[in-house]
Amino acid sequence: MKTEHDILIVGAGPAGMAAAVQLTELGLSPLVIDEQAMPGGQIWRATEGHRTGAVQQALGPEYAEGTDRVARFRASGVDYMPGTRLWHLEPGFQVFMSRNEAAFSRRYRAVLLATGAQERPMPIPGWTLPGVMTVGAAQILLKTSAQIPDAPVWVAGSGPLPLLYMRQLLSLGGQIAGYLDTTPSGQAGRIIPHAMAALRGRADLFKGLKWLRQLRAAGVPWLRGVRDVRAIGQEKMEKLRYTTSDEVMHEVPASLLLLHEGVVPSIHATLAMNCDHDWSDTQGCFVPCTDDIGMTSVSGLYLAGDGAGIGGALAAEAKGRIAGLGIAEFLGHGSVSSHLRQARASLDQALASRPVIDALYPPADVEIPDETIVCRCEELTAGDIRAAAEQHRGGPNQIKAYTRCGMGPCQGRQCGYTVNRILSEEYNQSRSETGFFRIRPPLKPVTLGELAALEEGQKAP
Amino acid sequence: MTASDVIIVGGGLHGLSGALHLARAGAKVTVLEGEFVGRHASGASAAGVRTLGRNTLEMPLAIQAMDMWHEISELVEDDCGFHAHGQLRVVETDAQIAAEAQRVSRLVDSGYSNEVIIGQDQIRQLVPGLNPKFIGGAYAADDGAADPHRTLIAFRATAIRAGVSIYEGAPVQAMKRDGENWTVQTKVGAFTAPKVVNAAGAWGARIAAMTGEIIPLSAKASMMMVTERLTETIRPVVSIVGRSLSFKQSSQGTLVLGGGIQGRYDLDSGRTAMDFHALAKGAAAAGELIPSVAGVRITRCWSGIEGKTEDLLPVICPGKAAGLFHIFGFSGHGFQLVPAAGAAIADMVITGVVPDVLLPFNADRLTTQGAVE
Amino acid sequence: MFKQLTDPGDPTFHVYIDGEAILARPGDTIAAILLRTPPYVARHTPVKETPRAPFCLMGVCFDCLATVDGITSVQTCMVEARPDMRIERPRGKVRVQP
Repeated sequence: MKTEHDILIVGAGPAGMAAAVQLTELGLSPLVIDEQAMPGGQIWRATEGHRTGAVQQALGPEYAEGTDRVARFRASGVDYMPGTRLWHLEPGFQVFMSRNEAAFSRRYRAVLLATGAQERPMPIPGWTLPGVMTVGAAQILLKTSAQIPDAPVWVAGSGPLPLLYMRQLLSLGGQIAGYLDTTPSGQAGRIIPHAMAALRGRADLFKGLKWLRQLRAAGVPWLRGVRDVRAIGQEKMEKLRYTTSDEVMHEVPASLLLLHEGVVPSIHATLAMNCDHDWSDTQGCFVPCTDDIGMTSVSGLYLAGDGAGIGGALAAEAKGRIAGLGIAEFLGHGSVSSHLRQARASLDQALASRPVIDALYPPADVEIPDETIVCRCEELTAGDIRAAAEQHRGGPNQIKAYTRCGMGPCQGRQCGYTVNRILSEEYNQSRSETGFFRIRPPLKPVTLGELAALEEGQKAP
Repeated sequence: MTASDVIIVGGGLHGLSGALHLARAGAKVTVLEGEFVGRHASGASAAGVRTLGRNTLEMPLAIQAMDMWHEISELVEDDCGFHAHGQLRVVETDAQIAAEAQRVSRLVDSGYSNEVIIGQDQIRQLVPGLNPKFIGGAYAADDGAADPHRTLIAFRATAIRAGVSIYEGAPVQAMKRDGENWTVQTKVGAFTAPKVVNAAGAWGARIAAMTGEIIPLSAKASMMMVTERLTETIRPVVSIVGRSLSFKQSSQGTLVLGGGIQGRYDLDSGRTAMDFHALAKGAAAAGELIPSVAGVRITRCWSGIEGKTEDLLPVICPGKAAGLFHIFGFSGHGFQLVPAAGAAIADMVITGVVPDVLLPFNADRLTTQGAVE
Repeated sequence: MFKQLTDPGDPTFHVYIDGEAILARPGDTIAAILLRTPPYVARHTPVKETPRAPFCLMGVCFDCLATVDGITSVQTCMVEARPDMRIERPRGKVRVQP
């Protein structure tokens, strides 16, 4: 493998792999790094792994596509370093990474961040108890280890992913105790403006409707308009409490609860690089600003995939190709306009149903009781944040300084949006105005020994 | 236009301390802070409360401050997380220990008994896991460290309770003297007072320049690292003579590592950037001090912008213009002086007389006569 | 909490969790194994020693931290199990080995 490259691609998911393949087709040779041991990102996680026929069948054709993509990625011969985490990025670009407990830095002329997205944090009382996880986590367990819950599982939240997972679980003999649907009501009214888009993306929509029918047919209890969901227990989850739309509180024994309320782009690296971000009301998150070839407001820094705005795997691939073409042009490799036209057409098709999905599953913004933990790392509650806001009237960074919220290893990945929401409510200002924590390096924790050996790491990661 | 007796430019700890003392003396005080209280040096401080190794010219003020730290809740109704577990600087060679012994002996001759030289056994008792290569050091038993954010909250809250008005998001744009009063123009309006205290940290020279006074000042952006929480109890603050490392363990158990390795800063935007290749040396020094910490993870790094003078002593003196006073340029070691510097500047503002403790800090030394040795 | 759906005859090996031999399979992340092993936790937190299980399994929650082959605070959801790996579930703050 070369030790010097002009282009760095961070992330070997759909977007990163597509960009890498596109660039190698143009005769360029980027370096691709990824934290995980194998390519695929989250949606195609562990496609190269071995699993039973039944599990493969349950994971479906979209997942199977990943096997082909990963094979293509490997066949392209692109330089690829798994198990490598990015922990700092500087203009220029100087990039700091770690692999095998050794840190090193390299320079690149262009960087593509294809680091994807994460589930939107959904804080409910008791969400830190063992027994509470995200739906995405349960799906990852299915993909990496063919693991399913060994008892009936409760699911709470909104969006296509819970439907997909529940369908997969049922097809493998798993049991669902119930689905607490927190989607705000009034969907029909929201969809009508997007009817034309719905028509173009109808394949996706039919898929979603099919999942709904299958879940209904399987008798999964489906509770809408549910509020005040809580996980209760001492050392682990023992009970689930929720209040139905008739204002009746229910408490049932439960040991596993899966949460999901949509997906939001990973923004730590772009925030750290002082890229411009916009607040998206439809997706309830900050989205880094990119032009039509995926470049951020920082010249030479590109984004592709869900990290540039949630759109799913096919859109991610199209964005990856587009960013790859953009980088090629940026580095002076001649015109790529015909390739771009094709890639953009793919992107448009892939995003066709997105407006409807967004309209179907707007962010729920449920009330957060004071006793809910907001900062999982420092174990601070919504009440702690509200008290600090009342006392100090400060923005997220001051609240962080005074309470320690956001100072733990996750650096605000689980609490940043909640703090943003609580402060926006307290001060009656927009989410955009309130903003997000200032991101301090390292993007992920680095040991003193790793940093100390930074100079040696230059020789061989 | 808002009128007061004294306007303080800068809402860092020195500005707040001066404000508090002035308010307690009966003055109506307004603090004008450009961003938010503690945004720069005070909010990025390691909060070391140190007399160890100080320039002897600072010692009278530092001794006063240390007495106040030991009773800090009398000043600000909160203990600020202050613990006096001592500060220690360790050495590796005989030549170094001899040099430290000479330095301490000169201190004693000057009348200061805050430091003693200690040997192998004592340094190991004080610092579990200390690298065997260190042979001794200088120790100030009454020194320690505080919690920087608790300190900021305490000074701010106490100042407000004492009647100080604090305006944040109020960067100063212009200053004009009209007869008996200063008019200070900010983004959020104009403020007047017969007296102004320039406590603007790394921007102190810019504020002075608004009044026509030129004071040489540069800046520092010392980098800090904080780690995950550890069980170990390392009580004193430890540094290595000749290396850039300040090592302490906070009350949460995190290691807070500094030492003055410089990152990059921009005074116009107020932003800083890390220099990890330089910071690697600090990480290496930490691993040399206590080898077993090499596997400990750094959770975050930052650097704050502080004012720096050529001789690393602060500027605390009357300004050239009437009714103007300066207090800035603490060059990376201002935290410990906060309680006493505020009292001294309040004294100076009220009486018009420069107290003895502040005599070495006149700005003239930086311009006409050159830096003090 | 979780069970694996595998074919008989699939390759297996052992890892050690707090000294106890636990069955593992190629492709398992350590976090996945922790979620199959009572009490289904990764650690007790440094702040209040509350029990935490892996939560997101994709590296953004930092609740799956454990000690792996002597290296502390490893995100176990990112690490593939290997034969004879030693995993310790920390309780409270990181203990530095002298």
